[in-house]
Amino acid sequence: MSIMQEKEMWTSKLRKSWQKTLPVEKLLPDTQPAYVASWIYLFGVATLASLGVIIASGIVLAFEGASWYHYSNVGHFINSMHFWSVQFFFVFMVVHLWGKFWMAAWRGRRLLTWITGAVAFVASIATAFTGYLIQTNFDSQWISYEAKDGFNSVGIGSRFNVTNFGQMILLHVAFLPIVLGVITMIHVLMVRAKGVVPPIDAFNAELGERK
Amino acid sequence: MNDRRSELEAAPWSGRTRRYDLIKEGVAALVVVTIATVALSTLFGSPDDKQITFKEWAVAAPADFYATTVQELAGSSGTGGYGAPYNTASDGVNLGPLHLAKLMGVTHPVDTVNDFVITPLTTVVNSGPVADALKQWQSSDSKTQAAWATNYDNALTKANQDATKVPSGNYGPVPQLSGGLLSMAQAGSLDGALLSQGNYFQSDNTKQTLFMGDGSYFNDQSTASNLQGSTWGMMNETGRYPGQAWLWLYSFWYQIPPFNNGDSHPFGANADAWIMVIMGALSLGLIIMPLIPGVRSLPYKIKIHRLVWKNYYQEENL
Amino acid sequence: MNLKAVYIHIGWFQMSVTNLIIVIGMVVLFGLALTLPFPGNSKGNKKGKGRK
Repeated sequence: MSIMQEKEMWTSKLRKSWQKTLPVEKLLPDTQPAYVASWIYLFGVATLASLGVIIASGIVLAFEGASWYHYSNVGHFINSMHFWSVQFFFVFMVVHLWGKFWMAAWRGRRLLTWITGAVAFVASIATAFTGYLIQTNFDSQWISYEAKDGFNSVGIGSRFNVTNFGQMILLHVAFLPIVLGVITMIHVLMVRAKGVVPPIDAFNAELGERK
Repeated sequence: MNDRRSELEAAPWSGRTRRYDLIKEGVAALVVVTIATVALSTLFGSPDDKQITFKEWAVAAPADFYATTVQELAGSSGTGGYGAPYNTASDGVNLGPLHLAKLMGVTHPVDTVNDFVITPLTTVVNSGPVADALKQWQSSDSKTQAAWATNYDNALTKANQDATKVPSGNYGPVPQLSGGLLSMAQAGSLDGALLSQGNYFQSDNTKQTLFMGDGSYFNDQSTASNLQGSTWGMMNETGRYPGQAWLWLYSFWYQIPPFNNGDSHPFGANADAWIMVIMGALSLGLIIMPLIPGVRSLPYKIKIHRLVWKNYYQEENL
Repeated sequence: MNLKAVYIHIGWFQMSVTNLIIVIGMVVLFGLALTLPFPGNSKGNKKGKGRK
């Protein structure tokens, strides 16, 4: 009777499924399969590190306001860090994506890991784009003017108005980072839960296939 | 067979392992990226071309500003004829029978006559002739207003935007109003008036951006910096800084036929909408790539994985 | 960096030299990541514990 009741509790159900899919040994392992031995494996973590620098510099910029960097040397430096860490972020993410594609890293029921990663890529482009719109300089004036036609052409402009500075700054510093942060977290947790995808030719012998 | 393979690939790894410190790796990555970012920031800084103000425009290119103002009064500017989401002047671009912009309606109404010219003029103390012109404009009906503005717009276009060469005609107060707005812009009071529209708090720059984009000055600056969409401008940045290179594919479509010809129907003239659809489809394709036959087999055919796992394959004689 | 940008322009293709450097850098990074030997080897490491 008491066991029955415990089984039916949502809390214990969640705890059990959590412990099953992602025990702390899987979350923070101290070993990796022997095949995890290539520089290509560093580009995921490099992307995360860049995201860390982006968020840290972005928080400083958020506290000082969108125009700060025009007149403060410190502000310009922090803005530069935000700018260059975004470049690093995309470079590392693209190399990571290429690497995972050629490893066919979606094998072994890892489809959702690929999907969350690809969605994070698209969300990153949207987030970066709104950042370019709130530089409060000529570049953002022009980008907003030019980009409005694309969004208007398919009706998105009716709700997502790139020439509305207030809307863009809120999306850039609140909504989109939350979306990107959550997707990234899910992506990383899925990688940990499922483990690093084994080599394509790893199981040929067991499957009776010649390579 | 494939199920068995998938099962093996999904199961927790039971083969050889190696020590691997994820946290140390993460901290090292953070340190390296931070140092690299600080280095590039110190060496190169970041782009910051000054914003263009209406004052700058009106002082640097008064004839262009004046002619644009006349067009706003006549409704012949880019914004005046845009359609949704700003007004109902046209149907806008389409995807065949689908007019998505029109369907979504006028969500950001922009009245070029009042928002761009008349309301800003009423926020300042105008000189005698401009004040009189404003009174005359406000006391006449919209049909007369439109006739005056269109007459003057056509005459000014014929005179190559040289107001001194426009023959006299039935222009009503349009020349005085446009001259008044030019003075206002040159004095630097139009920027704020366009944004605030008589209010206190305001964070929507739509009206400023649309008005500025209707003139040539803004577009010329963009062309000079190679930012026009027709020349891969979407990927570019002011100065020698890297731009949004990740928009290369989006930018690419604008460079090739039929999308690079705005006069070709149905695709070139509606390039914005079609390219949006193409990019939406391609983005979806990237997201569900493992499900797309052909593409998903590429890693098996082009064996770059042999390089990734070369140590393991060697050690295991695979 | 605030100087006028230099562009590579071939037919309909056009790219700023800076963007090109970044793209080439990305390809080079990818190539190096696949070919440079990764430090440490797995020889002598223990067998997996077989967590299942």
